[in-house]
Amino acid sequence: MKSYYSKEALEHFLNPKNMGVIENPDAIGKVGNPICGDQMEIYIKVEKKDGQEIIKDIKFKTLGCAAAIATSDMICELAKGKTLEEAVGIKYQDIVNGLGDLPPVKIHCSFLANNGLKEAVKDYHERNGKK
Amino acid sequence: MQVYFDNAATTAVDKNVLKKMLPYFTEKYGNPSSIHYLGQEALEAVDESKEIISKFLNCRAEEVFFTSSATESNNLAIKGVLEGLDFKPHIITSLIEHPSVIEVCKYLEKEGKAEVSYIKPNTEGIIGLESIKKEIKNNTVLISIMYANNEIGTIQDIKNIGSLIKELNIDRKNKILFHTDAVQAGAYLNCDIKELGVDLLTLSGHKIYGPKGVSVLFIKEGIKIKPIIYGGGQEMGLRSGTYNIPSIVGMGAAIEEIKKNKDKIEDIKKLRDYLIKEIEKNIPLVSLNGSREQRLPNNINFNFKGVEGESVVISLNQEGIMASSGSACASKKLKASGVLLAIGIRQEEAHGSLRISLGRETTKKEIDYFLKVLPNIIKRLRAISGFK
Repeated sequence: MKSYYSKEALEHFLNPKNMGVIENPDAIGKVGNPICGDQMEIYIKVEKKDGQEIIKDIKFKTLGCAAAIATSDMICELAKGKTLEEAVGIKYQDIVNGLGDLPPVKIHCSFLANNGLKEAVKDYHERNGKK
Repeated sequence: MQVYFDNAATTAVDKNVLKKMLPYFTEKYGNPSSIHYLGQEALEAVDESKEIISKFLNCRAEEVFFTSSATESNNLAIKGVLEGLDFKPHIITSLIEHPSVIEVCKYLEKEGKAEVSYIKPNTEGIIGLESIKKEIKNNTVLISIMYANNEIGTIQDIKNIGSLIKELNIDRKNKILFHTDAVQAGAYLNCDIKELGVDLLTLSGHKIYGPKGVSVLFIKEGIKIKPIIYGGGQEMGLRSGTYNIPSIVGMGAAIEEIKKNKDKIEDIKKLRDYLIKEIEKNIPLVSLNGSREQRLPNNINFNFKGVEGESVVISLNQEGIMASSGSACASKKLKASGVLLAIGIRQEEAHGSLRISLGRETTKKEIDYFLKVLPNIIKRLRAISGFK
């Protein structure tokens, strides 16, 4: 049957594994979508290991459409276990690919999720005295 | 369980309607413009359909015109009456009209072909007589106000607006014409054009259990109107293009079925009120959009705080329930519903709207299933958004 969303996107919307908040997070990325008004918050917990800063835990809180929720969950999945540097390098296309695909009008949701993570990393650096 | 709660988007074709349409595809396939037997047989079908529709509207058959869609009818009604005027005309319409009215008006405005006043309804979605009166100018030639709204189901007092215009016209040099888009009203409300006092009225086939691709524009005799489509001169030159006979037959048959299904309207209303009551009882922080009393029997439109409408629609779809939302995310244009904004709902809140439109076949069992499923969906989405 034809479905508006891909099977993978639906799965991440219906059963997001990374929803919720982290108590005492090391950083938060708050973003809003000016186009449709979606709101997203990305919480991260960072672990320092062998001189590297690794995203040990990541969760999200999103008010938005199915695509906004699915992309939030996907960015968390992609970023978990990565160094901050690697995480910042994730592209919106990686999110879209991870979800199989997204309807064209929903691609902008992946920008939002991507920016949410970048904002969280920026917040982390600010809290830790880096630029 | 598959539940269709999107009857304001489109309805299924009634089985009796389909039965009457079918011979016109393969057996009675003539072109009414042909003078031979098959052609005249088809012409007779057009005339019969007009006869049925004219009784429903309480007008003459010659005042019934077929077009391809309500969008075309609305375009013709508005553009057609403005053509050939030797001054810049003024139109009054409202902010809650269907795009097929609003977008035409915006176009005419942009092209410098007309001035337009868009009336803001009150927070219930009702357009007040006084607010119309205030906008009337010397060059006002057309007032177009919809009978019932497609999103929030609000019913306008067309009869009183009609009387007002009639009264005003007594002393006016430029008579004001009154058009109403009755697409959503057709299956449920009185469409007697004499009682309503309208000069132009639009109906759509596929919103009243008829086929898609056919619409009726009632045009009162004597009204000066020019075509927007030119060609073979069908419909007394006002709407060229070969008659879509099966759909025209279907339109008439659908109108006949409205009469036969009149008893169901009260039942649909009861189901609507039951659904509204149960949602308000069982889900916190909801609000009904649009008037509670002046409302189509099949329309329910709620705002849910802390959720986004598109995700509610997608979640419902997973459970086999088909509904719609006025949220920006649910629209192709990524814009929140203009109707919700016009009744004073803030952008963020218009985000959380859900429209349920019931139909003739809706059962209490379907509603109970919906009522069982919805609270968990709202709860789940509120957990994801962190709404407390």
